[in-house]
Amino acid sequence: MSFAREASRAIRSTFVLWLLTGILYPLLMIAFGQLVLPDQANGSLLKNAQGTVVGSALIGQPFTSDRYFNSRPSTTNYSTANPQQDEAGVLKTGVSGASNLAPSNPALLERIQGKSDPDPAKNITGDLERLQSAGISPTADLVYTSGSSLDPHITPEAARNQVARVAASRSLQPSQIEPLIAQNTDGRFLGIFGEPGVNVLKLNLALDALQP
Amino acid sequence: MFQGWLQIALTIALFVALAPTFGGYMAQVYLGQKTLLDPVLVPVEGMLYSLTGTEKKEEMTGWQYARAILYSNLAMGLLIFFLIMNQGWLPLNPTGLGAPTWDTALHTTISFITNTNQQHYSGETTLSYGSQILGLGYHMFTSAATGLAVGIAFIRGLTGRPLGNFYVDLIRSITRILLPISIVGAVALMLLGVPETLAGPVVVPTLEDPAVSQAIARGPVAHFEIIKQLGENGGGFFAINSAHPFENPNPATNLIQIVAMVVIPSAFIYTYGVFANSRRQAWLIYGMVLTIYLLFVTLTAISEYQGNPAVNALLGNVQPNLEGKEVRFGWAQSALFATTTTGTMCGAVNSLHDSFMPLGGFVLLSNLFLQIIWGGQGTGTAYLFAYLILAVFVTGLMVGRTPEFLGRKIEKREVVLASFLILLVHPITILIPGAIALAFPEQLAGISNPGFHGLSQVIYEYASAAANNGSGFEGLADSQPASTGLWWNLSTCFSLLGGRYIPTIALLLLADSLSRKQPVPMTVGTLRTDTFLFTGVTAGVVLILGALTFFPVLALGPIAEAFQMAKGG
Repeated sequence: MSFAREASRAIRSTFVLWLLTGILYPLLMIAFGQLVLPDQANGSLLKNAQGTVVGSALIGQPFTSDRYFNSRPSTTNYSTANPQQDEAGVLKTGVSGASNLAPSNPALLERIQGKSDPDPAKNITGDLERLQSAGISPTADLVYTSGSSLDPHITPEAARNQVARVAASRSLQPSQIEPLIAQNTDGRFLGIFGEPGVNVLKLNLALDALQP
Repeated sequence: MFQGWLQIALTIALFVALAPTFGGYMAQVYLGQKTLLDPVLVPVEGMLYSLTGTEKKEEMTGWQYARAILYSNLAMGLLIFFLIMNQGWLPLNPTGLGAPTWDTALHTTISFITNTNQQHYSGETTLSYGSQILGLGYHMFTSAATGLAVGIAFIRGLTGRPLGNFYVDLIRSITRILLPISIVGAVALMLLGVPETLAGPVVVPTLEDPAVSQAIARGPVAHFEIIKQLGENGGGFFAINSAHPFENPNPATNLIQIVAMVVIPSAFIYTYGVFANSRRQAWLIYGMVLTIYLLFVTLTAISEYQGNPAVNALLGNVQPNLEGKEVRFGWAQSALFATTTTGTMCGAVNSLHDSFMPLGGFVLLSNLFLQIIWGGQGTGTAYLFAYLILAVFVTGLMVGRTPEFLGRKIEKREVVLASFLILLVHPITILIPGAIALAFPEQLAGISNPGFHGLSQVIYEYASAAANNGSGFEGLADSQPASTGLWWNLSTCFSLLGGRYIPTIALLLLADSLSRKQPVPMTVGTLRTDTFLFTGVTAGVVLILGALTFFPVLALGPIAEAFQMAKGG
């Protein structure tokens, strides 16, 4: 077989398969998604009563105040930035990322435990200290950063541990808040696969709906 | 804890149960037998054959098959490199991204053409939708199909058949296996919440503090995601891969992803059984791989479940290590995914391997070293039989008989090719560049975690490249604009190319020479290879060869780290 024939076959199959798998297949799937499943296909966006988008049902948001159930620590602060000071361009594309700290890395313990240093710039407030001063008994999910930095969930235990604080801050009864946790918990698939998680953004939206 | 083990066991049971049906189907496809989709696919394939200039009946020799792979992969690579370098002005670029650096584009091209999908960039911030759909998504089909073609040509040779025609195998792998499953899978993923849109990111004020805004990256993810898993590609649409809630939003999608990445290499062993007409031997080898896999999953899961002792001391009780893990997956699904993705050479991650406990890191590295705990698309099964050939040789030496496999004499040429494949190429492409990088820790290595773990980071990166896996200990400063980015981009190209094409050529030559041998009649004196004893010997050969080659780096990496942590710092 001549070189020319082999080369021509290689080039022709490159373009033919490109047309099939790089153009036709995605086009078909995008059309299907947009026509049949527009909600999921566009990112499961959550809208408020006015119809404005407030977030995504699948993507977490940062919450650190007493009024809200706090979310997990995040290395990108849930892909957020102040629009006025976004030098890194986070808001241009959105980001995701993880700490990639090894279990043996001292920086991991410093982040969790905190570190006092004579130089105030090098002081680290530990996640554990923050939780303790907020009166939340710590669980693993609230001291370890997530994989995506966008984790929408906290564990049900972490949510229960925060009920008293949120109730006190909003002058509500814990019994008014507890049902909201159950309503916003995503269970295991078929009751078997994965772990149950409380969707923090949806829970906090429900909390605001209960008492703005 | 019981709940965790139950879901691990059921997931494994599911893909094992699929192996005979799906493996049988793949055998029908490659034997050219009638299948259910024939009425639709025969005309489509006819058109593809004539457009590509493929003669369906033409048989290729080992060299011709290998050359067809090299030429086609080169042409495909050039197309993608062009697309990535010109993404700035090409369409489907809603976030207005410019071209990445040339070395990032080169590394990305080589990494995707070799079915590795090692990523030295963040999807959201580096590549346009166009580069992802038209470039990487396309490579995910062709590189997976190339692997399947190599695997099936090898099995054909091993069982005394002509090797077949590369372009026919390439096309049929796509039209009959990868594409139909991807279409169904993409629809399922969309139903479960994975986006599929050309619209750009959404920016919203956050609920707690409206002065701060959140950018939600989106994109045509679903169609990309399924072939990423099914083709054992593993290159995420987003930086953080299957941990990202848009790639893998819930345990249902996670189940689909795990089964998708392991179903082909697991069923392929059964496909061999059909070709060799020896399902007994196929199940024995399957059992061997499954046993090592179960052991590895158990080790990883236990160590993640028990968590980090230093952090547990602060928390006051034993809690799982959730650093770099998502709540919805927890320790069990994260450990299962990690062990499966490194074993199958998929390389997608739903949790960050760098933050795994040392025992977990040990397992993940071992998977990359052995390359057969399911193994890469098509090539993994081929490696498995290369190991078997070595085991035949070793046992033949022990009992003083001429080694034979499936009635074919294993002679010098076969042993040289098989041992070259397994004993030389892999360690050379991992350890030599690893040693160079470690000799210049500041200038080249870019290690982010101190101590023994830093060694693991460097070795993992090359092992992942050479095994065509693509996962990483991602703390490593391996991407631009880090000063070590250029070194990593170029040096891993050596491991990527060496780890893909040298074994591919050797496997095809090995298959070619086996297929030309006169079968020897089976006698009482023949060493049977379909017995428990022989399978046990093979497992021993696999583990001993793997351990002899890589134990020193394991000892200095994860094992030393484990002792250091046990000592308390």
